[in-house]
Amino acid sequence: MASNENTESKTYLPAGMPAPEPTRDGLDREFWEAAKRHELVVQKCNSCGTFQFAPEWICHKCHTLDLKWHRVSGAGRIYSWERVWHPAHPALKSACPYIVVVVELPDAANVRMVGNLLGNPKIDVAFDAEVEAIFEDHPEGFTLIQWQIAPR
Amino acid sequence: MSEFTIKDKTAIAGLGETQYYKRGAAPVSEFRLALEAIQRAADDAGIPVTAIDGIASYSNDRNDSIRVATALGLPELRFTNMFWGGGGGGGSGAIGNAAAAIVAGFATCVVVYRALAQGQFGRFGATPSMRTISGPIAYTWPYGMSTPAQWIALRTRRFMYDHHITQDPLAAIAMACYHHAQSNPRAIMYGRPLTRQAYDDSRWIVEPFHLYDCCLENDGAAAVIVTSADRARDLKQKPVYIMASAQGSDFRQGAAAENGPDYATSNFKTLAPRLYAMAGIEPRDVDVAQVYENFTGAVMTSIVEHGFCRPDEVMDFCTFENLTAPNGKLPINTSGGNLAECYMHGLELIIEAARQVRGTSTCQVKDAEISMVVSGPMVAPVSDLILRR
Repeated sequence: MASNENTESKTYLPAGMPAPEPTRDGLDREFWEAAKRHELVVQKCNSCGTFQFAPEWICHKCHTLDLKWHRVSGAGRIYSWERVWHPAHPALKSACPYIVVVVELPDAANVRMVGNLLGNPKIDVAFDAEVEAIFEDHPEGFTLIQWQIAPR
Repeated sequence: MSEFTIKDKTAIAGLGETQYYKRGAAPVSEFRLALEAIQRAADDAGIPVTAIDGIASYSNDRNDSIRVATALGLPELRFTNMFWGGGGGGGSGAIGNAAAAIVAGFATCVVVYRALAQGQFGRFGATPSMRTISGPIAYTWPYGMSTPAQWIALRTRRFMYDHHITQDPLAAIAMACYHHAQSNPRAIMYGRPLTRQAYDDSRWIVEPFHLYDCCLENDGAAAVIVTSADRARDLKQKPVYIMASAQGSDFRQGAAAENGPDYATSNFKTLAPRLYAMAGIEPRDVDVAQVYENFTGAVMTSIVEHGFCRPDEVMDFCTFENLTAPNGKLPINTSGGNLAECYMHGLELIIEAARQVRGTSTCQVKDAEISMVVSGPMVAPVSDLILRR
């Protein structure tokens, strides 16, 4: 219980949510490793420059297998959002409502990421609002990419 | 159009359903429910169950085809097929695959079934407790974005923002389904009418979805017998001809973490034109439609993508009056559908589409000739179907 209270103060959602692990085939290992270093990376094709997220083994545009990880600034724009009231996971029983956002990354051809919008979960969120990535370290040893409204 | 087509070459000849139960209320096992539905469909067609020589299903049905064939003592199984993908996306596609198998000569009489006992197995609306996850779900689940309601709400929200749509069309769709269920004694929500006030007062699941925007969770089974058009004409029921079916996905709709390039879509923009082209009809020829309601928002976008109205016409088109039988412009989900009849992954919608053609619906559209089914919008892959008298 004590450790639970400890983590609740530091993370947007309570402890007990499933923890992300890199896939065993190594496809997204660098994404999660970079997050731990507080760097946001997106897959980019070395041959034609196409960005893609989630990562894949091939470039969907030019079909080369030569893909690398490209560091982006963490600037984002809210493409869609929702306020969740029903706890679908047992760990969320007392965490509702919370806000989920879909964020576009303008400096990576608008690929999208899903996260939470830090702050008051009761606010109405503006579409296309500018946000910035926040790296949320969890005691279990992984880091989530969260978002907050960018300072003007 | 391709010279290869299934158009009008096959027909639905038999319909079978068990009683539909609330989640967890089925008194017998899921597999037995599947067998009962198949037997009823064969009885309805007027054929012995051993005449079945093909099996097709979808959504990774747990009731394995060879176990079914063995249990029923099928003498010669010639075709088995599973439509890939989850949710209800494969319902119409499984019928299309059955028709294709018959046209190709693989089989002569194919049963399509779906059985669900969410009380005996896992729930679709709840997230299993796992300590660690990886792959596509690792990009969403840790943020509390793990259920179909949650991803379909995000896409619906964007569509509503782009096209200045209020809560009204979602409420109208939910109320139309509940209205139709009030005439259907088989429906779980029979005797439970829904007012706009009750809709508005119901709790949010995830904005913009109230409780009543969300499908039910049920136990039961349904089955459909597909055979050649020639053979169907000699059987017990009036044939329900399969005019057309389409299946698949638009560009990169499987991209994880909400990265489908066209985001606020039900995933029918490339399918619907193929469907109409095979049938040789236009949207205005459709008399009645069963549009899979995982959530009302996906019904709204499916209506748009099947050409019944433009996005900027949704507020005027998706009204209770337009969506209800017998006089609406496009009566939908006339048995109550996934929201109010039963959540049988949309196979109950295909059965209702066939009933409309037979003239036996509890909310019959007068002289219904052409009957459409849209399966599993906002998942990938998806499928759709046009039936005719």
